[in-house]
Amino acid sequence: MRTALFWILSVAALAGSIGVVGNVRNPINSALNLVVTMLALAGLYVLLEAQFVGLIQVMVYAGAIVVLFLFVIMLLNLRGSGTAGAEVQPLVKIAGTAVVAISAFFLLRVLSTGRAPWPDVDPSYGTTRAIGEALYTDYVLAVQVAGVLLLAGILAAVVLAKKRLD
Amino acid sequence: MGDISPFQFQVVAALIFMVGVVGVLTRRNVIVMFMCIELMLNAANLSLVAFSREVGDDQGQIFAFMVMVVAAVEVAVGLAIIISLVRNRDTLNIEDASQMKW
Amino acid sequence: MEHTNEALRWIALLPLASAVLSGLWLVLARGHWPRALVIALAVGAPIASFAIALAQVFRLATGFDAEQRFFVDNLYTWISAGDFHAELSFLLDPLSSVMVLVVTGVGSLIHVYSVGYMDDDHREDRGFQRFFAYLNLFMFSMLMLVLGDNLLVMFVGWEGVGLCSYLLIGFWYLDDANAAAGQKAFVVNRIGDFGFLLGIFLLFWSFAGAGVPTIEFREMAANVGLLSDRVVELPGVLSFLPGFPSWGLLTLACLCLFVGACGKSAQIPLYVWLPDAMAGPTPVSALIHAATMVTAGVYMVCRMSFAYSLAPGAEATVAWTGAITALFAATIGLAQNDIKKVLAYSTVSQLGYMFVAAGVAGYSAAIFHVMTHAFFKALLFLGAGSVILGMHHEQDITRMGGLRTRMPWTWITFLVGVLAISGVPPFSGFFSKDEILLAASQAHDIPGHEWIWGLGVLTAGLTAFYMFRLYYLVFTGECRADHHTREQIHESGGWIVLPLVVLAVLSVVGGLVGLPDAYGELAGVPQSNSLHYFLQPVAPSPVHHVEASVEFGLAAVTTGVGLLGIALASLFYVWRRELPAQIAGAIRPLYELVRDKYRIDELYDALFVRPLVAISRGLLARGIDEGLIDGLGVNGVARAFVASADDVLKYLQTGLAQSYVFAMLVGGALLIAWLVRGA
Repeated sequence: MRTALFWILSVAALAGSIGVVGNVRNPINSALNLVVTMLALAGLYVLLEAQFVGLIQVMVYAGAIVVLFLFVIMLLNLRGSGTAGAEVQPLVKIAGTAVVAISAFFLLRVLSTGRAPWPDVDPSYGTTRAIGEALYTDYVLAVQVAGVLLLAGILAAVVLAKKRLD
Repeated sequence: MGDISPFQFQVVAALIFMVGVVGVLTRRNVIVMFMCIELMLNAANLSLVAFSREVGDDQGQIFAFMVMVVAAVEVAVGLAIIISLVRNRDTLNIEDASQMKW
Repeated sequence: MEHTNEALRWIALLPLASAVLSGLWLVLARGHWPRALVIALAVGAPIASFAIALAQVFRLATGFDAEQRFFVDNLYTWISAGDFHAELSFLLDPLSSVMVLVVTGVGSLIHVYSVGYMDDDHREDRGFQRFFAYLNLFMFSMLMLVLGDNLLVMFVGWEGVGLCSYLLIGFWYLDDANAAAGQKAFVVNRIGDFGFLLGIFLLFWSFAGAGVPTIEFREMAANVGLLSDRVVELPGVLSFLPGFPSWGLLTLACLCLFVGACGKSAQIPLYVWLPDAMAGPTPVSALIHAATMVTAGVYMVCRMSFAYSLAPGAEATVAWTGAITALFAATIGLAQNDIKKVLAYSTVSQLGYMFVAAGVAGYSAAIFHVMTHAFFKALLFLGAGSVILGMHHEQDITRMGGLRTRMPWTWITFLVGVLAISGVPPFSGFFSKDEILLAASQAHDIPGHEWIWGLGVLTAGLTAFYMFRLYYLVFTGECRADHHTREQIHESGGWIVLPLVVLAVLSVVGGLVGLPDAYGELAGVPQSNSLHYFLQPVAPSPVHHVEASVEFGLAAVTTGVGLLGIALASLFYVWRRELPAQIAGAIRPLYELVRDKYRIDELYDALFVRPLVAISRGLLARGIDEGLIDGLGVNGVARAFVASADDVLKYLQTGLAQSYVFAMLVGGALLIAWLVRGA
């Protein structure tokens, strides 16, 4: 069961990501493919017993970030700006792929040495309660900093995107 | 977990990451480039959570959580920048914004 | 009684507080206080310091036995490095007591005088407050110098008075000449300070090497025996120096310290700043360049008497330098026509006397002369200031005359000052000068000490001559000023006259504290030289057993020479007024040489200043800085880089975000590959 789920979700995520990149016609298409990827990843998180993270993935990523993307795309498309989504130099594409592939290869070589089987974790692993407790005790500072960061981001976004009133 | 090894999760993450990189390098639409960056972030997240499960410590999940927070902020600010870029140049093509060259 | 006394710090800190408050107000609030407030604060502070000092000195004198007289006030430990500690602490012992009382007492009087003098200055309205801020700052520095417990605190005060001297000499800075004079004073002082520092370093290094790392006076005095045999090997190139191949360590240190004293106390060869310093307001000349700052060198030598008494070569140098300077400056004073310049050269000459005393180990005589000189020289300067004010800023004595009737108070006090400086008994100057000459005549271990005595006597005669010349030309005879000025001559106000009167009284009776025993016994008062006995534990002078007849005899010689000088002056300037011009005409080249101060300034200019400026401008500024460092280094490197790599590297900057991302990827990949190598 789990194996099947894993394969389905992985393929879905990969297909979605290729759809984001390879979709030449319409950015909206790319965005929707991104949603598929996000949801597939959320499923993978749940499969990895990270319920809280999976939940947040759906709420924040699929639910807010991609929506923001869609809004912006629609806002800007209405201005009739031309987009040339055609691939540029294929040479760049090939070179880039090669570079990433090679480095991924090396990295995975390291990772693949003698995997131990999954350890047992107690049922509270990855639950909202466990993560919440950890966040507000061990990582309180990080939470505070994240709050400040979010505030800064809000202000920045408002200031940058504001229409000039003159 | 059936007979899925942890390594397989890493492979998936690496593949998604690669796709994202190619997308960033290749696409000229600013917004799509941005989406590919989000793909990369997600791939990293997947890797983190998988490792976290493999080790049995939920620190990796907290890390992933923080990554999401930062990604959210980054998207908000980045899109604001894109909006002002479009307002000034009326184009979504990144090649039209390459004045800082020799 | 306890030796710790926490009141000492206020002596120095009160003037500092006043200076800081009024100074900050000027600078930060850009406003000035009402005159009454400035007067109350700026004049009140030194008076309060004087009161505190007087009380503490009284406690010192009455509360301790002669050997144990000292108070210490330790504020905090300034430097603490290993075994070495230097504290910011004050020491009140007999030597510093006398200096403190002179500084605060005469200083207060001059502050009072300045209220009247600077009131005339409406040129720059902030001048009044700024002047008093500087003056108070000077008081603070001088008190630090005098009350310092160790060489470090003394040096802080030393530098501080140098700074304030610069600020005050160039007080009317809008005139370039005044600013230049201030700069000259500071630079020449600095040269002396270099020697002073070398002396301090040498002493510290030696004491530390002997196991006692300290620069505190009492500790050094107690342990100086450790250094008495140490010598310094001179390098072969210095074989012409006497005493080659090795010099006493203490001798070398004392000589270095003396260089500092030459700078601060205007001895040959570093005296050139003092006559130029007359560009400052007259109270400044009185306070700094007569009564207090210039005596710092003398004080320092007396303070370090424990070292000088073990360094006979240094002592001889001090004595001879003082004697030669005294005569040299006196000759220049003969031919000056600016009232302040005459007094300036007179100061240099009298300082020479003080160093003669210090050199022959007559330390109490030196301090005695410091005290009496402060009284009558300040009196003379302040009187000159009153004259200048009355004559509407005229300073040329050939255009004065006949002020006796028009400025009676100034006249009578000035006459007292002139009598005192000429060594006429029973004024204070007679006793102090005499004690110096007596000590010189008895100092058998100083080579040529009889010649020093002779020079001193000759200088006394010259002093009497030129001082009475000054007096006659300014106050007697007909007024040679133009009609308009003559109409305006007036006596100065109360603020000015009061200090003159007080100083005149002090010039008369001040000699009593140092009345030599021989005289005292005539009056039935044994051991009448209270000053000498007071200072003896701290700065011991060798006891001279002289017959009273010898003492009276020497005094008679000196007085006789002085009276001769006065007689000559009367001849030239009262009875036969045509003589000076005739004589000057007969020896015209010599006269002009003396009048132009032997052209020493021009000599220094040609020898030192011009080459230095040429080197700085040509070699250092243009050659090295612009040519080498800028041309070769900064611009050169940039040019080389541009020439070689620019055409290639510029293609890295495409402006496209994607190429930059690509570069990042490549770099990241390489980094990862390197990090996981061998895994």
